[in-house]
Amino acid sequence: MPITKSAVQHIANLARIRIETTDIEQYTVDLSRILELFQQMDSMEVDDKEPLAHPQDIELRLRDDVVTEPEIRQKLQSVAPKIHQGLYSVPKIIE
Amino acid sequence: MPYRQTLSSIVGMLNRNDISSVELVQCFLNRIEEHSELNAFISVDAEEALKQARLSDEARARGSINSLSGIPIAHKDIFCTTAMATTCGSRMLKDFVSPYNATIVELLSKGGAILIGKTNMDEFAMGSSTETSWFGPTRNPWHKDHVPGGSSGGSAAAVAARLVPAATGTDTGGSIRQPAAFCGLTGLKPSYGRISRYGMIAYASSLDQGGPITQTAEDAARVLQIMAGFDKRDATSSNREVPNYLDHLQDPIAGLRIGVPRNFVDDAVHPEVVGAIHNSLKEFEKRGAKLVEISLPSCNAAIPCYYVIAPAEASSNLSRFDGIRYGYRTDSFDDLDELYKKTRGEGFGLEVKRRIMIGTFALSTGYYDAYYRKAQQIRRLISNEFESAFKKCDYIAGPTSPTTAFGLGEKTNDPVSMYLSDIFTISANLSGIPAISIPVGFDNRGLPIGLQLIGRSFDEQGLLNLAHSYQQVTHWHQEIPTEFS
Repeated sequence: MPITKSAVQHIANLARIRIETTDIEQYTVDLSRILELFQQMDSMEVDDKEPLAHPQDIELRLRDDVVTEPEIRQKLQSVAPKIHQGLYSVPKIIE
Repeated sequence: MPYRQTLSSIVGMLNRNDISSVELVQCFLNRIEEHSELNAFISVDAEEALKQARLSDEARARGSINSLSGIPIAHKDIFCTTAMATTCGSRMLKDFVSPYNATIVELLSKGGAILIGKTNMDEFAMGSSTETSWFGPTRNPWHKDHVPGGSSGGSAAAVAARLVPAATGTDTGGSIRQPAAFCGLTGLKPSYGRISRYGMIAYASSLDQGGPITQTAEDAARVLQIMAGFDKRDATSSNREVPNYLDHLQDPIAGLRIGVPRNFVDDAVHPEVVGAIHNSLKEFEKRGAKLVEISLPSCNAAIPCYYVIAPAEASSNLSRFDGIRYGYRTDSFDDLDELYKKTRGEGFGLEVKRRIMIGTFALSTGYYDAYYRKAQQIRRLISNEFESAFKKCDYIAGPTSPTTAFGLGEKTNDPVSMYLSDIFTISANLSGIPAISIPVGFDNRGLPIGLQLIGRSFDEQGLLNLAHSYQQVTHWHQEIPTEFS
């Protein structure tokens, strides 16, 4: 199933990835080929099989609501591109 | 020559004081430098490794010895380490130094292993050739114009060339087993949940699993012993008891049933690979195992199933790379949206962007049911088929890969062709069951051929036994590429 260039642009927007105009064609070709691969699933009869999201039958473990980790904000923020007074600095969002 | 020895032999040498850890580490550091053309390593810290080796020798002199004391090890550059950068083979993390260590890094360090360096990999573990790395491709020591496999190709190349006795890898769709097969090594993907994923940078969280890449099953058992176990910091970690893998390694395999799926050895597999697989199965029969024909028809749909689920999970996991809290940030932007888009457009390579886009598409409105939900239902079918198959047999055998290592650049322009090389490995990831690849021969170009054995959930012991039993009567695992011997 071929995918259109405008669909590729829409997906790139959803994924927050900038694709150069010159590359859209190649992405369209590549993604179309990958989608053809997916067509192999069309012929598989799955009836009403329960989807398997996870290979193990596990339940999320719960623990007591107490603080167990030390305060390491500075250490964690030491690798950030831009910090301002302990906050992650980003371009203005609200005018 | 210590570098020619297995990890288990080196443990013995250190215990008998035939060699010091400093001499050992220096030997491997020299080899890494001498063979930089393989591009197996992204980072090496010689000074720190020698310092740790000295401390290890001093501790040994005081009688303080752990199971891997003094042994140099390399970690795939997907495991967070505070000592050196963790790049995931990506521009996005090229200068990232993690504030914490992955659990398996800590465990192996406590076990006495010495971190010598971080190995090259396909970017964010997405690939089957170690050609998508920002740091350039790794070369296969058996034939330097060929790929080592991927995504743990750096680890596999490093062990095959004897630049390090053992290394860690991760396996989401075959990324330990396939490079092990391409490089003539033993590579184990344990059951999902056997090894902690804390500090292992996520690609597809329901499929990822770390594991050892070694020369032998015995070596893999030693490394797995340290890596395995419950970790409260990993919500998917299993609290099932870890057996003593070495204790039962020599158990006889007579009477064990090995299932051979009809569709695992068919026209799509290279005839030389088929030949080596058949010969290896005869060895198992000679040791008393019984071969049983089984059928796993749903595995034919494993490729599209995997290539929906893994990219879908990746699109979510990689959304954290946005230039805000760590990693690459684009130089110029007018607003937040542009910051995200340019950072991610520049920071990620082509294959990663392709997979994020495919995953985003599969999860998007209008396509979720047709692709993602359907893939998860097929995943259920595949998993059920393995369960049924394991009523007729104890292990399942077949080629790890349909071919031996292909040439550098041969499949880079055709992503689907690259994906098809995962046909035999991905179903074990989808089902969460353990699988191992061991060397069983060479093709007429001298490239290694790997046999894959798949086991029931948490039967890593059985896989190691089978592999060890085969390695007692064959020599493939002892071969070293001429240039590196």
